[in-house]
Amino acid sequence: MNVRSQISMVFHLDKCIGCHTCSIACKNIWTDRKGAEYMWWNNVETKPGTGYPGKWEDQDIYKGGWEKKGNTIRLKGAGKFRGLKNLFHNSGMPVLEDYYEPWTYQYENLFEAKEGDDQPVARPVSLITGQAITPKSGPNWDDDLGGSQDYARKDVNFKNLSPAEQEAMFQLERMTMHYLPRMCNHCLNAACVAACPSGAIYKRGEDGIVLINQKKCRAWRLCVTACPYKKSFYNWNTGKSEKCLLCYPRLENGQIPVCMQSCVGRIRYLGVLLYDADKIKEVASCKEHELVDKQMSIYLDPNDEEVIKAARKNGVADSTIEAAQKSPVYKFVKEWGLALPLHPEFRTLPNLFYVPPLLPTMAFVENGTYETTSESFWGAIEKSRLPMKYLASLFSAGNEKTIEIVLKKLMAVRLHRRQETVGDLPQNEVSDPMREVNMGKETADAIFRLTSLPLFDERFVIPPAHREEAMEMLESTADVKGNHGFGFKEPPKRGL
Amino acid sequence: MTNQFFFIGLPYAALFIVITGTIFRYLNFGFKVSSLSSQFLESRELFYGSRPFHWGLLVLFFGHLTAFLFPRSVVLWNNVPVRLLILEIAGLGFGLTALFGLIILIIRRIKNKRLWMVTNKMDILVYIILAVQIISGLWVAIFYRWGSSWFALSLTPYLKSIFLLSPDISSVSAMPMAVKMHLISAFTLIGIIPSTRFMHFLVYPFAYLWRSYQLVIWNWDYRKIRSSRKMKNGIKSKNN
Repeated sequence: MNVRSQISMVFHLDKCIGCHTCSIACKNIWTDRKGAEYMWWNNVETKPGTGYPGKWEDQDIYKGGWEKKGNTIRLKGAGKFRGLKNLFHNSGMPVLEDYYEPWTYQYENLFEAKEGDDQPVARPVSLITGQAITPKSGPNWDDDLGGSQDYARKDVNFKNLSPAEQEAMFQLERMTMHYLPRMCNHCLNAACVAACPSGAIYKRGEDGIVLINQKKCRAWRLCVTACPYKKSFYNWNTGKSEKCLLCYPRLENGQIPVCMQSCVGRIRYLGVLLYDADKIKEVASCKEHELVDKQMSIYLDPNDEEVIKAARKNGVADSTIEAAQKSPVYKFVKEWGLALPLHPEFRTLPNLFYVPPLLPTMAFVENGTYETTSESFWGAIEKSRLPMKYLASLFSAGNEKTIEIVLKKLMAVRLHRRQETVGDLPQNEVSDPMREVNMGKETADAIFRLTSLPLFDERFVIPPAHREEAMEMLESTADVKGNHGFGFKEPPKRGL
Repeated sequence: MTNQFFFIGLPYAALFIVITGTIFRYLNFGFKVSSLSSQFLESRELFYGSRPFHWGLLVLFFGHLTAFLFPRSVVLWNNVPVRLLILEIAGLGFGLTALFGLIILIIRRIKNKRLWMVTNKMDILVYIILAVQIISGLWVAIFYRWGSSWFALSLTPYLKSIFLLSPDISSVSAMPMAVKMHLISAFTLIGIIPSTRFMHFLVYPFAYLWRSYQLVIWNWDYRKIRSSRKMKNGIKSKNN
């Protein structure tokens, strides 16, 4: 057992209101620079929709992630042979048009235009060439299903749905949507790390954050192709790739990433997961329908004595183990089994988990009106208006059973709380669903509490970075003991 | 005198610049050692330009290297006329491939406004040198035929004499203009490597072939923290 610690996240999609505050906070501190204008390390997509960059989930176009070959896996569009062969022209790489051409407005014209008959206007100009352009797409162009003919209907996740099922989703009364905030998943089996020929991308051993060393990056761009989530970006100005760094300078100081700090819906949770690094390859190479279960098995119980012993032996700090025991992510992902990885079929073992949205699935229509008087209070999950197949394509590699269990658990919590606070439901209508998902009252209350009323320190449990000890890797703090003042870097003795 | 300048002075200057210059650039401006890729701004035309250009040049480079290192073997190979023809036609073919690619690349860069934003003066020089180099090479291949054979007898000894520090330019002085042009532009090309995007081939990522796919770096390893009994200065983390 090779125990390592990983900072991981849970996004609760039922709570996301799609306000993009996270994206703006991230943009303001990290990507408001020349060459990075088009980048959104954090972005929020409307689902169904094609996302950013357009159709990023379609790996037939972008060749991202891993693919299963026999008993093992290989990179789809990169790797030792294919990657080096493609250095001269990287065929799967998205280009500017797949994102959008960044622009600004000539605001100074409003003040400096010569006096004339017309009101001066601020025309849009490209942030790349400086020429006047007419923006044809931009960030969140398809927000809230805007332009759904061009965007929502082309959602890659519809491929498993029959044409009739797809059509049903776009009837006005049945239309449904939810938001999907996305950022780097800091994967265990990161495709970007594996694809980088320069060895510039690496995973930090202490906390599992995946970073790009800007000095070592040589613009081979294979990480951009290899990342199936398209969260590695090429800076055309510096000729370096950039990606989300999970605000590590903030984390090391005990602050949380800005996207999480600014989150209005408080949908984001951050904490440590301990995992067994020896099992990465085995888990990533398993059969598609087992992927979610196998990935869950790689995360270890931080309260298990054996795990603690192995973690200590591996150099995981006691404070990190303690953080893992309090981790909200561990609760959502392992203890309660409520959070699922996005597109596990890419086989990168992402460490960002989503509590799938229950709300858009609930209301359903019968005879042209919303059905609210059915045999049960909120209607059955199976009859939901958002097809299970669609959610399964997003969060469980097509395995509908996995999604159904999670949604039923979420429903059980709601029924339980309705009973606690209002108490207007027949007893069996609450106890049956809870028995079905094997959930006790205490668990339901705990889920409710961490979902609806969590304190800041419950949502974010950051392991201390121990910067006070980091100095000892660079120089022995005892070296200067007994010296004058600040001590000497070189011995002051003269002569040969 | 001109011959001495171009065939003794220039090659030594080029060699000196390329050795000291690349080391200096790598150590002091390592951040900028790469070919600033413009695929992100324009991809389709790059495909038709970059692929033929690079593969053509790569084969030609190793062809020239073989002729320089093993002249005898090349001449022996050329003893049979069919084999000579195969070699010459292949060389010409790859030369034309590289030229085709280069023309596409130049047109692409001129007509695309976005690419002007990532083009500097040295890039223009690079295009000019490459054009002279490839066109003069093709000129020699077509009008001074069977270069793969006469190369071994006249140019290999000259190049060898350069590396042995006793330059002998008697054979190269008698060469026709096209051959001289090819040599001069080659030396210039070598000389400008440190100050242009040519640097990128020196950092070709061979190490990728034998490293494991996943890369994990510990910034500080609690097990390896130095004990204070070893009283010597620590080494700064290479990670930064």
